[in-house]
Amino acid sequence: MDYLLNVSTWGLALLQALLFAALAPLLVGWVRKVKAWLQNRRGAPLLQPYRDLYKLLGKEVRVAHTASILFRAAPYVVFIATWLAASAVPLVAVALPTAAIADIIVLVGLLALARFFLALAGMDVGTAFGGMGASREMLVSALAEPAMLMAVFTLAMTAHSTNLASVVDAQLAGGLVLRPSYLFALGALVLVALAETGRIPVDNPATHLELTMIHEAMILEYSGRHLALMEWAAQVKLLLYGVLIANIFLPWGIAASLAPADLAVGLAAILLKLLALGAALALAETVLAKMRLFRAPAFLNLALLLALLGLLGHVILEVGA
Amino acid sequence: MSITQLPLLQQLVLVLAAIVLFTSFVLLAQARLVSAIHAFAWQGGLAAAVTGVVAVAGHSPHLYFSALLTLLLKALLIPWMLHRLVHRLELDRHVDLLRRPALVVMAAVALVIFSYWLVLPMVQQELTFTRNIVAISLAVVLIGLLMMVFRQQAVVQVLGFMSMENGLFLAAVSATGGMPLVVELGVAFDVLVAMVLFGVFFFQIRANIDTLDVDRLNRLTETGGEEP
Repeated sequence: MDYLLNVSTWGLALLQALLFAALAPLLVGWVRKVKAWLQNRRGAPLLQPYRDLYKLLGKEVRVAHTASILFRAAPYVVFIATWLAASAVPLVAVALPTAAIADIIVLVGLLALARFFLALAGMDVGTAFGGMGASREMLVSALAEPAMLMAVFTLAMTAHSTNLASVVDAQLAGGLVLRPSYLFALGALVLVALAETGRIPVDNPATHLELTMIHEAMILEYSGRHLALMEWAAQVKLLLYGVLIANIFLPWGIAASLAPADLAVGLAAILLKLLALGAALALAETVLAKMRLFRAPAFLNLALLLALLGLLGHVILEVGA
Repeated sequence: MSITQLPLLQQLVLVLAAIVLFTSFVLLAQARLVSAIHAFAWQGGLAAAVTGVVAVAGHSPHLYFSALLTLLLKALLIPWMLHRLVHRLELDRHVDLLRRPALVVMAAVALVIFSYWLVLPMVQQELTFTRNIVAISLAVVLIGLLMMVFRQQAVVQVLGFMSMENGLFLAAVSATGGMPLVVELGVAFDVLVAMVLFGVFFFQIRANIDTLDVDRLNRLTETGGEEP
């Protein structure tokens, strides 16, 4: 535990957290680009999300006169909570102090805090859309959270720890083991990630269609830097789930030590994994149609079932009696 | 003996068995008849794959024959027959929703836990590496039974029956390394004959009550009263 008191490891952890925030718009740009290619369009340039954020940050903030102080505070709370949650996920290296002091339950809690303030801000101004979006977001998240926790507990049972770094370490130490529980947990986590980040079968990030929008409905009243922070937080959340899936289920390549060569390999590995994951997400969004909102519980029910089967599969098949 | 100590092939057997259990759930909650038949075909194919990998991993060559027989019968022939039957009964686009899908699925999860608890004493004795699968196969049998109880449509009930047979086969392979060949051939042909008989029954039921919804069998037909 000596690395907890070391200044340089904290510096690296800070660097990793900054990298997280910096990479998030790139992933969104990449997903949009691949989607455009699949639809025979050329698409916006890869760096367009950065330009959008930059433009929004420079614009004047307009706030509805019915808004309370909560409306102004919410973007900061949402962004900081999401970013803190992201910094607890091992991105490039495993043995960093941020991963040691925050485990999976803290991560889920921080995401829940961000979502809570997002929903409150949606309701604050008092427009119909904001309240509707908040209610839909809560419907989805109330169903997604048990599945997420159950999937994560499956991992925790294998690694005998709820700490993400320990889970990754256990995966790396075990070598190639075909685990039925991981297969099911992966399925559950992918479904939860799609629902939580508002991707296509549940929510469509590319439209402002009033019948279907969830996330967009809540942030409809925001402008300027507030909107930029909200958008950025959503992008960080997408990257967070992507890294979670990539690094827990396929941890190969992640830096186990803090040597510069290892860190470079870790960075290259995670970039490659995210490249593939983003392309897969774009492909899935191209071939799938958006579900009706009231089909979303069935979708998340499947996620819960997969998570439960993962848990049971671990108990029945993997633990020696 | 935990999973990390097993060779890769034996781990593959466990993964495949877990997917067989998942197909049972898919079958249970499937609304469309044709997709249910496809799910059943996948389950049969996976059961055959489990048998094949057990044969390779456990060095028991007589299981190759069982695997081949299962593949031909459960994954190809019976689904093809059911497909043709559904086509001739003009049920291709038939949708048969479960009344309370979430509750039924949770009941099935409870059955998985129950079957684990049931086979726990047996699992504690060191048998072969496949002993854990006995719980899975018992769960597949019980979920097939649940499907026959909760479904109203005759074709889906038959699918439940057939998936029970899949579970039994899996149990035989995992617990004792396969049944004797004579027994296996007998069971296989029994299932095939049952399939043919079911086809005849489908047409009979439909000729009598004009639907394959078995719940209608409870009602008296005379009350309708428009016999020629």
